[in-house]
Amino acid sequence: MTEKITFLCGTVLDEDASCSLAELCRMCGVHAEMILDMIDEGLIMPVRGRSPLEWRFSAMDIRRVQVALRLQRDLRVNLPGCALVLDLLDELEELRRLRR
Amino acid sequence: MLYLQYGENSEELKPTPATMEYKDYYQILGVSRDATQDEIKQAYRRLARKYHPDVSKEADADKKFKELGEAYEVLKDPEKRAAYDKFGSNWQNGQDFEPPPNWDAGFEFSGTGYTGGDSEGYSDFFESLFGRSGFSRSSGRTSRRTFRMKGEDHHAKIVIRLADAFHGTKQAITLNRAEVDEQGRVVTRPHTLHVTIPKGVIEGQRIRLEGQGMPGIGGGPPGDLYLEIAFADDPVFRAEKRDIYMELPITPWEAALGATVTVPTLGGNVQMKIPPGSQGGNKLRLKGKGLCSKTKKGDQIVILRIVVPVPKTDEQKKLYRKMAELMPINPRAELGV
Repeated sequence: MTEKITFLCGTVLDEDASCSLAELCRMCGVHAEMILDMIDEGLIMPVRGRSPLEWRFSAMDIRRVQVALRLQRDLRVNLPGCALVLDLLDELEELRRLRR
Repeated sequence: MLYLQYGENSEELKPTPATMEYKDYYQILGVSRDATQDEIKQAYRRLARKYHPDVSKEADADKKFKELGEAYEVLKDPEKRAAYDKFGSNWQNGQDFEPPPNWDAGFEFSGTGYTGGDSEGYSDFFESLFGRSGFSRSSGRTSRRTFRMKGEDHHAKIVIRLADAFHGTKQAITLNRAEVDEQGRVVTRPHTLHVTIPKGVIEGQRIRLEGQGMPGIGGGPPGDLYLEIAFADDPVFRAEKRDIYMELPITPWEAALGATVTVPTLGGNVQMKIPPGSQGGNKLRLKGKGLCSKTKKGDQIVILRIVVPVPKTDEQKKLYRKMAELMPINPRAELGV
């Protein structure tokens, strides 16, 4: 007897994936105010949309928000610090890639 | 021989770990046993920055970070620290350990709670001394009955072969997942998931599986699972975003005169034209032979490497000399020598 296996299909967070402000809040478990603070800080930026209701965020920004929240929680880094860490991490990754 | 049967009284038959490793929390934080609370705090903060999984490239940063959190949880609290210190300094980190009976007489931990972080990953050692966290994280601030919260997200890395990224694949992955048992406690159990990985995923990209994270609290929805794609090393191909790089050895006459050669790609062999007068290091692009998703295309970049035959016979050496005579060239002209 063979057991039937169900394969889960997730969402690939690639270059095309984007989400609304509400989806971003739900995925990251935060209130919109926190996202607005992060936008003010330049930590993330909506890829399109003029008003908050129309905003779309890239999949990269989902990750940036999640990492920023963990840095805040675990290392007590404030928002400007998170933005700086994220930018430096991007740069570090680029340098590591070039060195390979 | 004792057989454990899971029947009506299965609770009492739950296997418990036979031995447990002693954790040297002072060693983990790199401080002496008479360190001040300030020294402990500073050591923790320094190491937490170093091993934070989002920042660190250390292979076992995740594990290390949890260990640090556990050590700090005990040592930062004077009561827990005093209780822990009662075991004395004769224990080695990792040594089999069993707490003496009534070791915790005179100490009161309940209500101390946890400060946050992922306490679900604490060791058996910690749990046997200070208890399981359960949902005590929420106590103190909100009444347990009305507290409702989305479960924590889970993050895991999944290593796949480049060919699998090219074609798409189905994979079984096993993760340690926390579940709520009959008593409402959080227990960690290995859990196997079967996941479809669509074609054209690239390194560092994440797949979000909704509702496959930690269970929710107080009837809240479960968290999500994020799988981050990493590629296993490949002897031939190397991925850079969507493009696949590979080095193709060719002969000097193929480079000089041009040729059509067979080139391996992740999708199988293809024929490629080498233009006459090619040089080593030149790059040729095979359009659409990289990591292609439904909407994005990647190319294969072929880097030419000229393999020079080593002359063995006199006749072969004569041919090289003839070439030198007929085709004089100074390849170092640009260097000014």
